[in-house]
Amino acid sequence: MSFINLKDKVIQVKIVYYGPGRGGKTTNLEYINRRFRKQIQSEMVSLKTHGDRTLFFDFLPFDMGQIKGFDLKIQLYTVPGQIKYNATRKLVLRGVDGIVFVADTQQQMRGKNIGSLNQLHQNLVGLKESIFRIPLVMQYNKIDLRKQGIPVLPTNILEHDLNSKLKVPSFEASALTGYNVPETLKKIISSTVMSIQRKLS
Amino acid sequence: MNYGVVSQEQLEKMDEILTEKLIKIGVDCVVIIDMAGNIITAKDNDKNKYDIYSFAALAAGNFATVDAMAKLVGEQEFSLLFHKGTDCNIHFSKVDDELLLISMFGKEISLGYLRLNVAETIEAIRKLWA
Ligand SMILES: Nc1nc2c(ncn2[C@@H]2O[C@H](COP(=O)(O)OP(=O)(O)OP(=O)(O)O)[C@@H](O)[C@H]2O)c(=O)[nH]1
Ligand SMILES: [Mg+2]
Repeated sequence: MSFINLKDKVIQVKIVYYGPGRGGKTTNLEYINRRFRKQIQSEMVSLKTHGDRTLFFDFLPFDMGQIKGFDLKIQLYTVPGQIKYNATRKLVLRGVDGIVFVADTQQQMRGKNIGSLNQLHQNLVGLKESIFRIPLVMQYNKIDLRKQGIPVLPTNILEHDLNSKLKVPSFEASALTGYNVPETLKKIISSTVMSIQRKLS
Repeated sequence: MNYGVVSQEQLEKMDEILTEKLIKIGVDCVVIIDMAGNIITAKDNDKNKYDIYSFAALAAGNFATVDAMAKLVGEQEFSLLFHKGTDCNIHFSKVDDELLLISMFGKEISLGYLRLNVAETIEAIRKLWA
């Protein structure tokens, strides 16, 4: 649930990057943190293991300027993707306003992507939310590997596996090079803000 | 009840209560957040400046974790959540199912006295929504 402060005219919006382990969620936030440094007031918080896997979440607050006289503060989170951390994923999803699903386009990840999306669906049901209603953007990450000759899933397969029912905006991307990372972010912010405006009016 | 939007009047009253009951007795900083990690309001004594947005995200995560652990061992909740440091202590308290009140305070205040004032603060804040 977004939080709207009518006194200081601030809107806080929570966007969560979700997806299978090692898919590139943290790498998305790290790119955003470097690229948009000027709009970010504080340090990125990363709760991770020694092996750099996300243990609880990454957190990055992001200032989007004003809409209709309100300061828009976007709070970006990632979940830990490893299978065993579903209890933590549910905690991070509490109060979520918008979700980026980061799929890993490597061929052997096909089943993991589908499993993770199904679990997202379940987790949202547990929070009395619905994957069909919440603003959602698909990101097909690591597309840069295609150029290196590493087998990646064609986008029509990914669309079929993950997006044939949801029909949400989707992007091929590379969190490593930054390709379509800002586009993904802009899309989820605009979908989320629109959905909040609809709820308010 | 809808916490999604809090009116200017409610916020001003809440700030008044926090200042009166907690900042005036020497609490360094008090923050009210929701379970999603959003900041509802924050007050400090002008001396201590914290990065409250990161703080709120971590505090919500911390509280949710301890709460989930309580459920696992069959407790409704652990009623006292308190972190003790050399110069700074942090006290968590549930306002209701959606809101948390977090106080940061130094060694001048005893935990007992703080808890008493926090309890009064929470009662006053609940009345705002009643
Ligand atoms: N080639 C390539 N590698 C990537 C890309 N994005 C992430 N990686 C690599 O994939 C590995 C995992 O990335 P993370 O961002 O840590 O993945 P994550 O989704 O946060 O993983 P968990 O925290 O375990 O859920 C790292 O070695 C990254 O450098 C990409 O777009 N292309
Ligand atoms: Mg990660």
